[in-house]
Amino acid sequence: MKTLLVGEYREGKLLDSTYELFGFAGQMGAETALLLVGSDAHLPAYGGTLYLADAAACGEYRPDLHKKLVLEAVQKENPDYIVFVHSSYGWDLAPRVAAALKVAQISEVMALADGGFEVGCCNAKMRRSVKPATNRAVVTIQAGAFPALQPGGSPTIQRLAADGGSTVEFVGYEAAEKKDVDLGKAEIIVSAGRGIGKKDNVSVIAALAAAFGGELGASRPVVDAGWVEHSHQVGTTGQTVSPKLYIACGISGAIQHLAGMKKSDFIVAINKDKDAPIGEIADVLVVADVMQFVPALTAKVAK
Amino acid sequence: MKLLVCIKQVPDLESRFKPDAAGIWYNETDLAFRMNEYDEYAVEQAILLREKLGEEAELTVLSIGPDRVVEALKKSLAMGCDNAVHIQDPAASSKDPWQIASAIAAYATDKGFDIIFTGMQSQDRGSAQVGVIVAELLGFACTTTIVGFDYDNGTVIAKRELEGGIKGVVRMKTPALVTCQMGLNIPRYPTLPNIMKAKKKEIVTIPVADLLTEAPLATTISFHPPAKKGGGIVLEGDVGDLVEKVIAILKDKTAVLR
Ligand SMILES: Cc1cc2nc3c(=O)[nH]c(=O)nc-3n(C[C@H](O)[C@H](O)[C@H](O)COP(=O)(O)OP(=O)(O)OC[C@H]3O[C@@H](n4cnc5c(N)ncnc54)[C@H](O)[C@@H]3O)c2cc1C
Ligand SMILES: Nc1ncnc2c1ncn2[C@@H]1O[C@H](COP(=O)(O)O)[C@@H](O)[C@H]1O
Repeated sequence: MKTLLVGEYREGKLLDSTYELFGFAGQMGAETALLLVGSDAHLPAYGGTLYLADAAACGEYRPDLHKKLVLEAVQKENPDYIVFVHSSYGWDLAPRVAAALKVAQISEVMALADGGFEVGCCNAKMRRSVKPATNRAVVTIQAGAFPALQPGGSPTIQRLAADGGSTVEFVGYEAAEKKDVDLGKAEIIVSAGRGIGKKDNVSVIAALAAAFGGELGASRPVVDAGWVEHSHQVGTTGQTVSPKLYIACGISGAIQHLAGMKKSDFIVAINKDKDAPIGEIADVLVVADVMQFVPALTAKVAK
Repeated sequence: MKLLVCIKQVPDLESRFKPDAAGIWYNETDLAFRMNEYDEYAVEQAILLREKLGEEAELTVLSIGPDRVVEALKKSLAMGCDNAVHIQDPAASSKDPWQIASAIAAYATDKGFDIIFTGMQSQDRGSAQVGVIVAELLGFACTTTIVGFDYDNGTVIAKRELEGGIKGVVRMKTPALVTCQMGLNIPRYPTLPNIMKAKKKEIVTIPVADLLTEAPLATTISFHPPAKKGGGIVLEGDVGDLVEKVIAILKDKTAVLR
């Protein structure tokens, strides 16, 4: 079995997530070849075949060009699987490749399953096992689901010409917003999720955070709705935190939220849904209405 | 200008999910359905553009699914879409993203749409594929995960969300498709007068068989709950007792309470 792994570069640097592709290929027991739109200056520690297109000539991500390069490497390598990380790069590029080849795409694979791949569904509450019905398939792997593996060695390079237009023109990057709260240093974080119901209830969660002498955190929908400042958002598009105690109030536990807080020492979740996926990583899941439980807990802690 | 927005109806995700008889998807009995959250951002953005363009524009909303999806189409009409297309498919849940995208593309191919809006992913299936495949099949320029959108004179400028709060700005000529992410806008609630007005708007019904000839490219083997990993404690009962228990656990297991 053969995999073509498509790694990721941004602004001249190889992203670490690229090594998770080798973790996946390792579990599959598959041979590998790697494709990068990258540069000779930052080559991966990998002793196999590397299809390399020059990022300086390509510019930052241009989907049509990247698709063309992947298809060229597929022609040469004839892989069974073409593998991406399920990131803003992977979920954008993978379906273009799958559609061009007219093969199955299996998105955001979390694990290998008997005869197929395991993926999450229903907001991570449930799982599906899926297998391709085509001889070749495109796979995107969930960030963090497979171990990062550095194969070591230096690659045998096959160069791909970086020419070709793109219907999507890259204009530029916009830097992340400045953070006025550094949740990374907080020892206790009490976070508000959509389950708090309305903006007015943020103060109830903030009061518990204050009683503990901790900081207020939030899930993304609470931030997007304008209930809490973005600087308090925890998750892949917010901050990564690892406090001694993390209390999740009315947060379901989507992968993008978990990615930002699962390294916390001790996690308490308050949720009225016993099956909420946050229960999979919480040390304590309190099945209750947050608006009843939190004020009662605050009163006790404040004493 | 002709605009299209594609929406999916999904179950309320706070429900309990049980496998269906075939064991490959959820059983729909007792589930309440509503519009996929990401598609609400798509509908809102399409309406904002429709309003900016004025009379020259027409906005169609499309959904593939059983008859229940008409509710989501009606909501979109009440929010401000001009007309709706229901691609009727009682077995839509067993179609893979390739088939759903093929049916949408078959519908759109001779309609001359300038911009298509979709959600970045559906909350139940979550493949994040349908929009991009539609664009590939139609030969549209395409950008995913947008949190900013602007249109002027044949050009779309969109802001893509990347990891760690960084954004990438891209420019595309129409025809173009964008997949919409949370935070793009705040979807409006339909007002009562608009709900009344929407009752006069047209909903065209097309059987899926008229549009779809493609076989699936992927097969679902099973639908099941996650294997329980955690040694976590689950506490239920009276709120007063719960508070006592949590305080005791925090004193025992952490150094944050003395
Ligand atoms: C590319 C991408 C990046 C993302 N980045 C992030 C990120 O950085 N951070 C982030 O948080 N999310 C992020 N998300 C969104 C993420 O997928 C989820 O949509 C989000 O985390 C859900 O937030 P929530 O748990 O507050 O809301 P929901 O998923 O709506 O969950 C609400 C929970 O509250 C419970 N509840 C409801 N009422 C009550 C009550 N009265 N008492 C107790 N419990 C109650 C419900 O049972 C439910 O479990 C991202 C998504 C994408 C696609
Ligand atoms: N049955 C459907 N009918 C109409 N649009 C759909 C359907 N399924 C998916 N879509 C669109 O495609 C997007 C991505 O869905 P998915 O590939 O399932 O994650 C959704 O946000 C919708 O905009």
